Amino acid sequence: MLYREAGQFKTSYAADQQLFPIRQDRIGVLLLLAAAFLAVPGMASEYWFSAILIPFLIFALAALGLNILTGYAGQLSLGSAAFMAVGAYAAYNFQLRVEGIPILVSFALAGLTAAGVGVLFGLPSLRIKGFYLAVATLAAQFFIVWCLTKFPWLSNNSSSGVISAQKVEILGHIFESPREKYLLVLTVVVLMALAARNLVRTSTGRAWMAVRDMDVAASVIGIRLMPTKLLAFAVSSFYCGVAGALYAFCYLGSVEPDGFSLEMSFKILFMIIIGGVGSILGSFLGAAFILLLPIFLDVGLPWLAELFHLPFSTATVSHIQTLVFGALIMFFLIVEPHGLARLWQIAKEKLRLWPFPH
Amino acid sequence: MQFFFEVLIGGLLSGIMYSLVALGFVLIYKASGVFNFAQGAMVYLAALSVVGCMEKGAPLWLALILAFAVMTLFGIATEKFVLRKLVNQPPIALFMATIGLAFFVEGLAPMVFGSDPRALDLGIVDEPIESILESAGMVISKFDLVAAGVAAVLVTSLALFFQYTRIGRALRAVADDHQAALSIGIPLQHIWAIVWGVAGFVALVAGMLWGARNGVQFALTFTALKALPVLILGGFTSVPGAIVGGLIIGASEKLAEIYIPPVMQSLFGGNFGGIEGWFPYVLALLFLLVRPEGLFGERHIDRV
Repeated sequence: MLYREAGQFKTSYAADQQLFPIRQDRIGVLLLLAAAFLAVPGMASEYWFSAILIPFLIFALAALGLNILTGYAGQLSLGSAAFMAVGAYAAYNFQLRVEGIPILVSFALAGLTAAGVGVLFGLPSLRIKGFYLAVATLAAQFFIVWCLTKFPWLSNNSSSGVISAQKVEILGHIFESPREKYLLVLTVVVLMALAARNLVRTSTGRAWMAVRDMDVAASVIGIRLMPTKLLAFAVSSFYCGVAGALYAFCYLGSVEPDGFSLEMSFKILFMIIIGGVGSILGSFLGAAFILLLPIFLDVGLPWLAELFHLPFSTATVSHIQTLVFGALIMFFLIVEPHGLARLWQIAKEKLRLWPFPH
Repeated sequence: MQFFFEVLIGGLLSGIMYSLVALGFVLIYKASGVFNFAQGAMVYLAALSVVGCMEKGAPLWLALILAFAVMTLFGIATEKFVLRKLVNQPPIALFMATIGLAFFVEGLAPMVFGSDPRALDLGIVDEPIESILESAGMVISKFDLVAAGVAAVLVTSLALFFQYTRIGRALRAVADDHQAALSIGIPLQHIWAIVWGVAGFVALVAGMLWGARNGVQFALTFTALKALPVLILGGFTSVPGAIVGGLIIGASEKLAEIYIPPVMQSLFGGNFGGIEGWFPYVLALLFLLVRPEGLFGERHIDRV
């Protein structure tokens, strides 16, 4: 009833091919954007901006990047955090070494640098498949972090590779408060998410999906595997790189190579699995879930302990967190292997008839 | 030259330790096609349960038996509550589930047995063998030799088990083709429980040796990361591959750690230690470019 596309006739190709072909989707997205741009900045507190909203958006962007590679092109990667590190350090170095370069340009260049590195580590994908490739991408993870730690030039000779991000200044305005940074990150993420949504329905996106479903068949129908796979690595790393730059400049302020650990790569992978492999929306849902879960556990566990008078030490609480995190991952995979995005799809189908199911 | 051989032999022997962990991966991947990331956590769980039982006053042999029981139960429970529910899911979902499992175990094990690092005494001393030290001037640890011996026995007995017993034959049948195995009446789920039990046993052995060497602590879970390059080098499906891969990785990683940093230092200046962390991966990666299925892995044939 509320969500029914019946009666929405398309009379031109442009109308048929628009990004959100269903009117309710368009309205929904606009409402969501209005809320994110107008309502949230007025309501959220400083803590919400700097501890929840900004990291959520940044990790959603990184998850989006990984989703392009894994969900759309079918190449499993365990090195996304390393590409974020490349982005962060590249943006830092462009700011440091190029006189007067605008920050957004250096973000874009950071993304391109990450894309270049991504292509380099994507080369093996032409020969290797599946888990062999996944393990091979671990080479990127360990090698890149090691390089950032050991080559002092990359971190301007700071000890153990820690860098402090420069000020974020656009057109003479300095983005300092969490609210301003949130708006900047939000703008970048929204634009890139729309671009991604557009990208996956072009011939490139369809070629990726064909390669994902079966690469031999894809090559038989005339898709050139090498450029297609490498482009997927490049675009994915670009997204991760920009996310990394935002991570350093708008979230933490100072980062070290070891922060971009394997654990972070796994986290991003969890986000797309929980959210939904091969879904733009899923990247956001997954990022929200994975980021909020530890916060809930942080708050909820001591409260439960007090409620039942259980003597939990801090060590026990952190063990329980790990345990619950692992258990929830397994639970989700068993209950809904296609992720939260699939739940939303089911909900949409129900909404089509609701509230009059017959 | 003598130093070179000393490093080489030390590397080969530590490679055996990697092989022990890689073996567990291979067993499970062979029989069920699951890339079990929780193998490192299983090593940790095994070592912790031995130490935990010994702290409660059990002698070593009893602790070992109890730990083996824990690992078997763990394997059966994993099969029953996780894998069975995920039948027919894509391999990546199963892989993710084992990462979840790894987190689960890493939280559960220290909660039950305590998380502080502890020493594990197997009664083998980690000191150089004097006769070799005197005659050839090389430092070779007794402990490493024992580990190598244990690995040899383990691999031989596993090979015999796979080749000659009824269960072993069933395991090979399942590894070849799930459907065909089911249709001739091999109970798939029993077989998987057994495989997880055997993998648990291998994890126990690895946990003992690694625990005795480095102490029983959380870092044991990282042994999985050491085993992964071994795995892709040797091939996911080959038991001998795990051993050969371990030897190659162990030796080359130690040699690289000794010989590459000075070269880099003379080129760029600064300190370039810690190559061990990524060198095995890059080596395995380069190797895969030549042989995409590893040394002994099954050649993958795509059918459209």
